[in-house]
Amino acid sequence: MGVPLIEHDRYLLVPIQSRLTDTELSELRAALLRWVQEQHPRGVMIDVTLLDVLDAYAVRTLSDVGHWARLGGAPTVVVGIRSEVAQAMDRFGLAFEEVATAPNWAEGLRVLAESA
Amino acid sequence: MKTTGGDDTLLPVSSDLDIIKVRQKGRDLAAWADFAILDQTLIATAISEIARNIVTYARRGTIVLKIEEESDRLGLVVIACDQGPGIPDVTQALREHYSTSHGLGMGLPGVRRVMDDFAIESTPGEGTRITMKKWRTKSADAQEQSP
Repeated sequence: MGVPLIEHDRYLLVPIQSRLTDTELSELRAALLRWVQEQHPRGVMIDVTLLDVLDAYAVRTLSDVGHWARLGGAPTVVVGIRSEVAQAMDRFGLAFEEVATAPNWAEGLRVLAESA
Repeated sequence: MKTTGGDDTLLPVSSDLDIIKVRQKGRDLAAWADFAILDQTLIATAISEIARNIVTYARRGTIVLKIEEESDRLGLVVIACDQGPGIPDVTQALREHYSTSHGLGMGLPGVRRVMDDFAIESTPGEGTRITMKKWRTKSADAQEQSP
């Protein structure tokens, strides 16, 4: 899958490094939920700066992560959504559910700290 | 009507890796034709949705990408074909809120909204053909000029 899972100060940081297939997105969801179950992080931050498309499947899969991580006690924030990708999501009627968004890592960590 | 940009590109679609490849080809073609970055993204996302429908419901199919030029405007055309089960009720599949909750044709209403032209021909048991087009906007040309 090739997505690094980084632990920092009991936060799980997930910088996506390349475009992901649907299968890889599903694998990432499973890996994140396993991590949340076993490590009990204070929050999950997913960096999508490198993704040039967020389609229905990607938005739903990341929203699923938010849902299940929240049930495991960890809020989720997605950071680095490109402005054209955010506009495209809006035009397609796609929106994250149970996932906060923030422009960058610093803001993302602040959002997670506040939602704890 | 004439077609520019070399031969039409016929791309096979039969795996989730193909979904990424085809939408990237669409974005590259849109960038080559000087579409604005937002329109490139809308086209790539629309291709992603219809390619996923092919893989999910028909397992395999093809997508053709081409640039069409009319007298005073230029458009990017996407034609998706498969010999899958077809969509029994196209009207219903295109209805907002239906497709997303039922999985069938997930994302199609959004695709239709975002593209300028959008047509589906579907025959149960024979397959589906989606033809869609996005025109390049004039403001996009100005916006994309580099200094």
